[in-house]
Amino acid sequence: MMSSTAGPKPDPIVSVRDLEVRFQTTDRRATVKAVDGVNFDVRRGETFGIIGESGSGKTTIGRALVFLLRPNAGAIRHDGIDPQVLPRREFQSHRRDYQIIFQDPNAALNPRMTILSSVLEPLELARTPSRAERLARAQDAMDRVGLPQEIGERYPHQLSGGQKQRAIIARALTLRPKLIVCDEVVAALDMSIRGDVLNLFAELQRDLGLTYVFITHDLSVVSHISNRIAVMYLGRFVELGPTPNVSERPLHPYTQALLSAAPLPLPSTMRRDRRVILRGEMPSPIDPPSGCRFRTRCQYVQAVCAEQAPGWREVAPDHWVACHFADRANFSPN
Amino acid sequence: MEAADPAAQDSEAAATGSPRALMSVRGLGIRFKTSQGVWRATRKIDFDVAPGERVGIVGESGCGKTITGLSILRLLPNNLAGLDGSIMFGGIDLAACSSRAMRSIRGRRIAMIFQEPMSALDPVFTVGHQIAETLRAHTSAGKEEARARAIDMLRRVGIASPERRVDDYPHQLSGGMRQRVMIAAALICGPQLLIADEPTTALDVTVQAQILELLRNLSGQSHTALMLITHDLGVVAETCTRMITMYAGEVIEDAAVDAALVRPLHPYTSGLLRALPHLSPRFGKLPSIPGRVPSIADMPNGCRFMARCRFATAGCEAEQELLDAGGGRRVRCWRFGELALPGALQHASSAPIAGTVVQQ
Repeated sequence: MMSSTAGPKPDPIVSVRDLEVRFQTTDRRATVKAVDGVNFDVRRGETFGIIGESGSGKTTIGRALVFLLRPNAGAIRHDGIDPQVLPRREFQSHRRDYQIIFQDPNAALNPRMTILSSVLEPLELARTPSRAERLARAQDAMDRVGLPQEIGERYPHQLSGGQKQRAIIARALTLRPKLIVCDEVVAALDMSIRGDVLNLFAELQRDLGLTYVFITHDLSVVSHISNRIAVMYLGRFVELGPTPNVSERPLHPYTQALLSAAPLPLPSTMRRDRRVILRGEMPSPIDPPSGCRFRTRCQYVQAVCAEQAPGWREVAPDHWVACHFADRANFSPN
Repeated sequence: MEAADPAAQDSEAAATGSPRALMSVRGLGIRFKTSQGVWRATRKIDFDVAPGERVGIVGESGCGKTITGLSILRLLPNNLAGLDGSIMFGGIDLAACSSRAMRSIRGRRIAMIFQEPMSALDPVFTVGHQIAETLRAHTSAGKEEARARAIDMLRRVGIASPERRVDDYPHQLSGGMRQRVMIAAALICGPQLLIADEPTTALDVTVQAQILELLRNLSGQSHTALMLITHDLGVVAETCTRMITMYAGEVIEDAAVDAALVRPLHPYTSGLLRALPHLSPRFGKLPSIPGRVPSIADMPNGCRFMARCRFATAGCEAEQELLDAGGGRRVRCWRFGELALPGALQHASSAPIAGTVVQQ
């Protein structure tokens, strides 16, 4: 279990135990286990990165963390308490501390509302007492994200993609959250402005002591800004550890393949010559493989991998892996 | 200036293009009619593609890279106001030839694949039918022969049990397999040029690696030139040998990939490389390019990048030409000789991912 890790740990801001989220398929004949037994803590003030490919369940975890989805099993605690046991009114005010930002800035802003009214809306829903107070807080949030006041009078279509994403970040900040789940927040932005938005996230974290859960498929983004990275495959974590360990000395064969598959903008002389190109694609989460879920694409697969699901083990301080052979120094491919 | 002479030679070759090139694009521009008048989406596009060469066209959204690919095949929207310049391909000017001549080239000698294979495949026909259709439209191949060749092509693009898959409908295939089917349909007539517009953007990174390897291998085996349109500099680095960078409707740099990555000559190319998180120290402040692309309706007369460029100075407000920078490189910046711009290796020692590569 996670509590057995070496060294003292501060109270986690979020703790997740044996989390399961299931969906029915549209014909109701089958169940998809989008998240199937995941354990982790998010530490106060850190950036916790979750990386995975489409269908891995990373977005589902993000939504469950802020209770946009109810878990089917397991527990999610915010600051040690289970928000689901709170009375409705208290639950509503509690969740203001845990915000979420999505990928597509166009879909997240109402095209018929000015930017200022969008930024003000959470304060109105939260019944912040006076209009003057609401305005002051909205304008403060817009200042923080670097949007000049006159932008507030504009409509979403008059803004660039980067400005829209800033407006959405401002809106999430108005209620002064402790934690923000960021789901693919820079994926829709052009490369030249992606850096600006990532810098803004880092600056806000420094100034406001925010905690982030950063969900992305982009390895270069997640390893740039995260303190720790979790790698997800078919509803489960396969590896979790400090960023330098996971991104430079990965232990799980899937993480290794993911790293080597990322195209690098480096001249040919500096690129890896030995790439791991995985066979096939991720199997359906409706009928996942027995035992280790990665075994159908793993180059090191053994008989035991089909029979038994690998345990979630701490193989080095703070570095967790789900692989039967993770502690072998070097395995050779089949 | 030294560059003046080769540049003049280049403009002499303007009418015909380079004799060794498979395709020579000269002065290509696309104009559209809109409610606010005629807009130029691209202008003064000049480049060559050699037989079997793999060229990457990179740029951000709205730079004109997709429309440049579409204009080569004359797949242009209805509000087209005009196509300027020439696209010489096998002695024919694709910008001016008849629709009939274009139809005989499109799909047979030049093929194209797109970002989203699901919207490019027809859901009511089997994949085998759609691959064979291209062949039957352009050759005298009969039904049986076309089917046999479709199965063979599916095998070549790495689809397991192609005899069974040939009768599948697109919805029965995964995203990666659909893109393989698109590639099979594009290559079945043995084209000399394949235009691939963001072919892996909708795919997961592990599947992207498979598709890029496939494109590289097929291009090498069949000597098909590849024009890969993408926003991802990593994809270009891994797939292409030459990189053409576009900005605001113009080609701003054209160089061998390695040269452009190590020592970019245009401030925009350098800015794009420096903005990549792989190349910055972890948790460091990421460099970015301030401002935004000028509006298509309100393009500046001089350098289009000037308002965002930290090297802008007097002289940049003049019209910029694509200058010969020697060694087969061209750049649309009159200051290229005096600027020593950082490229992908500038931060290599402290950058986490680049660091691991060096160790391996």
